[in-house]
This record gives sequence, structure tokens and C-alpha cells, in this order.
Amino acid sequence: MRPNIRYAPVDRRSHPPMIHPPYRSTTHRGPTRPLVPIPQTLTELTGPIYGHDAIGELDHDLTRNAAKNGEPIGERILVAGRVLDEHGRPVPHTLIEIWQANAAGRYIHRRDQHHAPIDPNFHGAGRCLTDEDGWYRFITIRPGPYPWQNHANAWRPPHIHFSLFGPAFVTRLITQMYFPGDPLLDHDPIFQAVPAFARERLIARFDLDLTQPEFATGYRFDIILRGPAETPMEDGR
Amino acid sequence: MTRRLGQTPSQTVGPYFAYALTPESYGYRGIATNRLVRPETPGEHIVLEGRVLDGAGQPVEDALVEIWQADARGRYADAPDGGQADFLGFARCGTDGEGRFRFETVKPGPVPGPDGRPMAPHIAVCLTARGLLNHLFTRIYFDDEAEANAADPILQKVPEDRRHTLIARREARGEAVIYRFDIHLQGQAETVFFEV
Ligand SMILES: [Fe+3]
Repeated sequence: MRPNIRYAPVDRRSHPPMIHPPYRSTTHRGPTRPLVPIPQTLTELTGPIYGHDAIGELDHDLTRNAAKNGEPIGERILVAGRVLDEHGRPVPHTLIEIWQANAAGRYIHRRDQHHAPIDPNFHGAGRCLTDEDGWYRFITIRPGPYPWQNHANAWRPPHIHFSLFGPAFVTRLITQMYFPGDPLLDHDPIFQAVPAFARERLIARFDLDLTQPEFATGYRFDIILRGPAETPMEDGR
Repeated sequence: MTRRLGQTPSQTVGPYFAYALTPESYGYRGIATNRLVRPETPGEHIVLEGRVLDGAGQPVEDALVEIWQADARGRYADAPDGGQADFLGFARCGTDGEGRFRFETVKPGPVPGPDGRPMAPHIAVCLTARGLLNHLFTRIYFDDEAEANAADPILQKVPEDRRHTLIARREARGEAVIYRFDIHLQGQAETVFFEV
């Protein structure tokens, strides 16, 4: 932890509501009572710290970290970006975990019953640490869309799930990255639960500078975590 | 005042996180399990168990419960005086078909609160699940710490008639010390979740 820091509040305007009826399971899972405000104490200002010993050499490369007898099928992509705080300062050495469906839209997960093929060489999970400047980079396969039973003919747009810790327990973020120009985004109640002005923050952009000739196309996805409050907050605000 | 970058919006963890976040059952090593203690870890070893339930009282079979706590001496692994804690202090457990989670840990010692006086022993919780568009923060306190709980500055922010939702109940079962803590996402007994 960095002593004497207080974090800016969660900007609830930018985040989805707890209950968004078009995403059906929120109606019986999202809390209905207002959140109870509490001050940030040592408990919230500390958080788990992972070092390089937590990360395997191939953990960031989903095209190789589960390969058994060849390469996974699909469109190879690089997904890279920076983790920054709200002031634009890098969040260094923080853990990012990702998971996703394979090119056919199928997860390894036992409960995924979509009758699309499992890829024997693709597991779909990875992790890495950001570097000194907040950069991260994954090599993976572009995920396919998959059906879900939220409503008739419901398809999730291709996405990659992201989990981040940041410097403190309160900077935790779990989100999803989407792809530009995807027609399914207009029909996805999970994406649409985010207020319109903030939705573009979840869409990676194609980046020719990240793209590697004869190897993979590149997508840039920057992630902004809660940053230090401008002025230290009063305890018990 | 500088212009702030907008926070990246939260999205649900979805139903399929297990092979990435709690992957031991898929034969992969994760970054945390539900066990914080080894036999030699100092402190009172406890089992923390409970269920996550939805508004209809149905088990939430795809929740991820994460805990963050101090060791038995009240030290966080990431404290300003440098990682002297007895363990990492972070653990994860995915719920099963009955909505159950279980942690093997130690009862944490008291840590300083906002005014420098100790808070009652507690464990911080970050909860996420399919159907939760945002993760939720709560705290677990212990029912055998009535006096400390009564003086706790965070519990005092919670309406009195809802404080009980944050208190785990001690049960002795054979040798083990069990603390039971159910999380209700909605309903009469809806757990208090924090804006912090
Ligand atoms: Fe998904």
C-alpha cells in the first residue's frame, strides 16, 4: 500500500446499475438496498500483492499455455494496453487475469453446454503483471460469440473477461473487453447496462502499431482504475 | 484541477470464471485457493463457511467469494511497515451447487481504524457472481467479539437493525472452530454492502 492515500469514490454514473431488468438474473441477484458508505481504513487501503513468482512464463500467451499437439484454431490477436489511474498515472506491477471462449464461442467450463467444438489446444485463461509503466500484453485467439438463455436468440458479443486488483482492495475491477464494430453490442443487455456515454471505454480499438506483420492483429485496451482522491478524504466522510 | 480519465465500467464476472480464477479443479494452478493456513500458521485456526443466496432464497451456484484479512496479530501482508504478516491474507472460493463457500484461515487480530484505535476483528469480502454487474464489498465480524463489535467504527455506520447481517456465528463441530456467514443478495435479511 501507499500510506496516506485515499481513493476517489467509485464513479457510479460510469458503472452499470445493480439491477438492469433486461439482464434477467440481476433482478433477483442485484442488491436492492442502498450501499452503506464507510470510510477507507487500513483494511481497504491494503490488498494482495503478487510478484513475478506468481506468473508462469507462458501465462500471458493463450496460444501456447494450453497447447497439447498444435496451435489453437482461430484468428491470432494481440491484446495490449495500459492500466492507469484516473489521473493518467500508470498502475505498475498489478495482476491481470483474463478468460474467454475459444474461436468457436465455447468455454472449457463444465457448465458451458453450447454445442460448438472444444479446442484441444486452447484453454482460454491467462494472467500477467503490468510493467513499470502500466503496460500489459496478451497473445490469444479472437473469441467467438456464444448463445445464452437470457432471452430468445440471445448472443453474447465476442468478449474477453478481465479481472484486476490495482494497488488496494478498493481498486478491484472485474470487467469485459469487446471488439470494435460488433453488431451484437447493440443487442447485449450486459454491455447495454453501462450508461451510453461510458460504453466506448469497454471497446478495444484496432491498433496497427500493435499489429505484428505475418503474425497477429493488435487490439489496444486501456483500463482506468480508481485513483487517489484529489484531496485526502475526511475519515468518516 | 486536471481532467480525470473515466473509470472503466464494471461488468459481470459471468458464469464461466472458474477455470481461470479458481482453476485447481481444472488441473491448473491459480493465484489463490480457499486455504490461507498451513499447520504451523500462528493463530486460532478457523473455518469460515456459508452460502450465497438470491432474492428467492435460491443458492447462487456461480459466485466468487474473495476474502482479505490480517493475520492473527492484526498485520496485513501489504502494511506500510512491510510484509511481516504470517500469510498473504487473500483467498478465493467459488460457490458450489448449493451456493456454499468455505475458507480455512485464522481469526484475524484487530487492526487500527480511522482514528487509530483498533477496529473489531473482521475479514473484508469482495463478492461477484453471474447476475452481479458490479462486485460487492462487505465485512465479516465475529459474534464472540460483542464488546469490540459494539465499539467498531464501521459497524456504527450500519443501521442497527442490519448489523446482524455482518456477524458470523461461531459453532464448534468436533475439533474445528466454524464461523458461519451467509450472504443474502436481496430480501428481508439482505446483507449490508458498502460504498467505500
Ligand atoms: Fe463470457
